[in-house]
Amino acid sequence: MTTPELKSLLHVRNLKMSYGGIQALRGVDLDVAHGELIALIGSNGAGKTTLLKVLAGLLQPASGTVHYRGTPLMHHAAHQLVQEGLTLVPEGRGIFARLTVKENLQMGSYCRSDEPSIDRDMQNVYELFPRLFERHKQLAGTLSGGEQQMLALGRALMSRPTLLMLDEPSMGLAPMMVTKIFETIQEISARGVSILLVEQNAKLALEVAQRGYVLENGLITSSDSAAKLLVSPAVRQAYMGS
Amino acid sequence: MDTFFQQIINGLVQGSVYAMVALGYTMVYGILGLINFAHGEVVMVGAMVALSVIQLSISYGLPPILALLIGLMVSIAACMALGYSIERVAYRPLRKAPRLAPLITAIGVSMVLQTLAMIIWGREYHAFPSLLPNGSHILFGAIITEVQILIILVALAMMGGLLLLVHRTRLGRAMRAVAEDPSIATLMGVNTNSVISTTFMLGSALAATAGVMISANYGIAHYYMGSVLGLKAFTAAVLGGIGNMYGAMVGGLLLGLIESLGAGYIGDLSGGFLGSHYQDVFSFFVLISVLIFRPSGLLGERVAERS
Repeated sequence: MTTPELKSLLHVRNLKMSYGGIQALRGVDLDVAHGELIALIGSNGAGKTTLLKVLAGLLQPASGTVHYRGTPLMHHAAHQLVQEGLTLVPEGRGIFARLTVKENLQMGSYCRSDEPSIDRDMQNVYELFPRLFERHKQLAGTLSGGEQQMLALGRALMSRPTLLMLDEPSMGLAPMMVTKIFETIQEISARGVSILLVEQNAKLALEVAQRGYVLENGLITSSDSAAKLLVSPAVRQAYMGS
Repeated sequence: MDTFFQQIINGLVQGSVYAMVALGYTMVYGILGLINFAHGEVVMVGAMVALSVIQLSISYGLPPILALLIGLMVSIAACMALGYSIERVAYRPLRKAPRLAPLITAIGVSMVLQTLAMIIWGREYHAFPSLLPNGSHILFGAIITEVQILIILVALAMMGGLLLLVHRTRLGRAMRAVAEDPSIATLMGVNTNSVISTTFMLGSALAATAGVMISANYGIAHYYMGSVLGLKAFTAAVLGGIGNMYGAMVGGLLLGLIESLGAGYIGDLSGGFLGSHYQDVFSFFVLISVLIFRPSGLLGERVAERS
């Protein structure tokens, strides 16, 4: 007998959250299964970032339930969630500008103590992003926007995530860099990491994802396979401008 | 020339003490954006606790050097506990309050500590026993005592150790990460509260050592000694650029030198009108000048006011 809470990796039901009277989330339901790449699309202010912040423990929800690997998440402090494999790459990347590239990556593995495999993971990140290796001694603040996004992704990988949550990874990047970042996201997904991808660039996100959710004014208004959402007239109208 | 070298030596000794105390101000500011005005009182408590423990140890017949070591250790431990408690009780509940609230609280904590110290140790000046060999050396025609040499060496060792800790260890990386962005550090799994507590405890350990040093150098301890010393160390931190650890060290040494050279020459410069007891004037003149002409300090970055 398996309940849905136990079957999916992340199981969110009726999640509500408000900031000073304004309801940012009005009862969100969402599931991520093991190994899935899920796209969450929606316009500015729909509540996407709020949802990720609640899931990462940075904000306390008003009500609702979040189960992760079958156990309720509500009573964890934010800093304990990384250890559980739940990693958020925040909007605007959030790298430590005054730390070096290497130190940023080391911060990613802050919760781990398995030194030999940390070293191996760092080599892997450098292989994935040779640019980061070239600049590993530089202060992260001196990197370009694209390099900072690579660093944010690399740093997240250093925590060995089970569920990686990405908030607007394409924001503010040149088209070529967006392509590179999305290739990397697919590669990370192919390695078995479950991903919850929040994007304003709906087309791009749905092209790489298996399933998608549309968030509008704090509510999930549709959820389907990514392929179906890509051709849905409503979605195309609202998020792809055609 | 003798006066010059003598004042340089005195300035370096005084400056090492300022630097150690200034580090406490600057580390807390770097991580919380808060000026911990109670920090000077931690120096005083350090000196007073050490004094009591040393007196007790000597009354039990322990050799002077051992008594000093025990006094220093107990005082460091006591101040770390004090620094931890100050943050936990007075600042943490106000973490999200407007900036003025913790500042006023800091002044309140400082008054409470001073009054408590007055009740425990009385209002009188205490002679701090001289426990080290009283030898001295002549350097460039100036006298340097072995206590002073020891003060400079211990200060250098502790500051070097702190720099290694901050720049070469996992804890140090976490401290710098929290200083830059606490919520992102949380996402990395850093327990920001414990990092903040650790920062207060490290600063307090340096403060305790500085308190013992200054009492050993002047042979005196007093419940009021922390307040002017604290202000001067704060001046040193501002001079170097508050929030910047190298700035605190440079600012401390520089302020010590300015003060002692100023005190050494003010008599000659004013034709005997002003005496060396005006030395405090120099520190506060420096503070005011820095605030007017270079508020970011010598090594500080020009950053917009955090709100």
